[in-house]
Amino acid sequence: MTEPDRWAVTISNVSKTFNQGKPNEVHALEDISLMIAGGSFVSLIGPSGCGKSTLLRLIGALTHPTQGDIGVNDKSADQARLDRDYGMAFQTSGLFKWRSVTENVELPLQLMGWSKTDRRERAAEMLDLVKLGEFCNHYPHELSGGMRQRVAIARALSFRPSLLLMDEPFGALDEMTREHMQTELLDIWNKTGKTIVFVTHSIPEAVFLSQRVIVFSPRPGRIASDITVDLGDRTFETREASAFFEKITEVREALRFEESRI
Amino acid sequence: MTARDEVAREIRRHDRAEATKRTARRIVVFVVFLVVLALAYVGYKAFGRTLDDAQTDWPVIGNVLPRTDDLTMPPIADIFAEFGQPPQRNSSKPLAAFIAEAALFTLREATLGFAFGVVFGLGIAVVLLRSKWIEQGVTPYLVASQTVPLVAIAPIIVIWGSTSLDWLPFEWMTWMSVSLIAAYLTFFPVAMNGIKGLQSADPAAMELMRSYAASRRQTLLRLQLPASVPYLFAAFKIAATAAIVGAIVGEISGGVRGGLGRLILDFASRYTTGPSRLYATVIGAAVLGLLAIGLVTAVEYLVLSKRREEPLAL
Repeated sequence: MTEPDRWAVTISNVSKTFNQGKPNEVHALEDISLMIAGGSFVSLIGPSGCGKSTLLRLIGALTHPTQGDIGVNDKSADQARLDRDYGMAFQTSGLFKWRSVTENVELPLQLMGWSKTDRRERAAEMLDLVKLGEFCNHYPHELSGGMRQRVAIARALSFRPSLLLMDEPFGALDEMTREHMQTELLDIWNKTGKTIVFVTHSIPEAVFLSQRVIVFSPRPGRIASDITVDLGDRTFETREASAFFEKITEVREALRFEESRI
Repeated sequence: MTARDEVAREIRRHDRAEATKRTARRIVVFVVFLVVLALAYVGYKAFGRTLDDAQTDWPVIGNVLPRTDDLTMPPIADIFAEFGQPPQRNSSKPLAAFIAEAALFTLREATLGFAFGVVFGLGIAVVLLRSKWIEQGVTPYLVASQTVPLVAIAPIIVIWGSTSLDWLPFEWMTWMSVSLIAAYLTFFPVAMNGIKGLQSADPAAMELMRSYAASRRQTLLRLQLPASVPYLFAAFKIAATAAIVGAIVGEISGGVRGGLGRLILDFASRYTTGPSRLYATVIGAAVLGLLAIGLVTAVEYLVLSKRREEPLAL
């Protein structure tokens, strides 16, 4: 791989152990080193409990490594969190049910002390981006699962962080909605040029979305393979192209090899 | 207007209609129960009378169950007639007016007591939220505070209020001391449910706030407090009645005139000359309690219906 303009995320020799020294000690991650180029779309894939979500939370400085260093945008992960360098989206949309769609998208801006008019304006812009402009005054319970997830993405993007951390954001959606959301996410990525780190356990999803798929081994999580995906601009036809299926096979083989070693 | 807007509006309309239906059903059930209770009262009295008429002695009545004579159990008609009669010989003001005035006086004390209790209770909940240590250390004292008889605290608070609060920019009235006594009962459910409610915020949402580098205050204000609202309303319902009971007991044991407590004390001391007056006043106090709960429930409905959250049980 050629040296990029900048690294968005640098992970060097990171290990994470939960409950260290206690009987229920768990080695979640072991000796992970990973560099993520600015503006790239990288997926983390692996079996349940391989620590891929933990790695995402480490990048977000929501938890800290037992060993090793994590940098985000050339600073410590902690500093990046305090500087609001990243936005996050989870499997559950995590919308506040007492806030309307607009108010949910405005939440981070409100915390950052934006004025009400500025907030409204940006929220409207973001809701247009995720094609939910007409639902701004609805409450979360009035939306479908896919729409709620789009609101969560709008919320994560509202303050224009350069990095987007996504933890199985489409995991709870049906297949049709899921494919639709993937196309929209790529559309947003193309428009905004964010760096996206995307945790999933769907192989086709990882291959369709990413430029790079990082395959994790089961516990303790290690990087088993680093697969570059070069399928050009994704269209509806991409899902039916033979190159797409070849990549899926490659990722599946890498995963299966890891499974067989347990 | 999109089709989805239409659907959402239709759902809201349906929800409102359902809520109205539920309220109507509750009122009907309440009235039916009231009639059943009244019939039981009348039936029990009639049963006692037949025993008396037959000169038979049924040892349960009068020994275990209350006696059925008009002094112990005045006839329902007498109780309701009492509302229209003046309780004092030299005045033509009917008892209902006395009760209404006293109820308003007590309601004022109770309302202020409720407000004190909510502020104090929420304050405690926020402090307890700070650390598990504080929570575990302080909670036993809160529980213990509720086992201290109100009768013992009331005079202390009344005297403290009348002697030590002259530095306030306004004149401290005795009824405000009664509010403090009422607050002693109301802060407890608010503090207990408050801490539970504040802790009920979804862990994923807490993490989200952390990802936004939100301050502790922001997290409290924007996430934990809104998340605790259903718990708080459950506490407010308990606190509303506790405030009225506290105010009445506070008036009696603090020797404060003007409210239902004083009225009850007066009529109790003159019980043998007019038992139905006491009964009528007690009914007045009960109606006041129901009004207080009804008000809290109405506000709860307004606040929670928007986020479509089932209110917790009473």
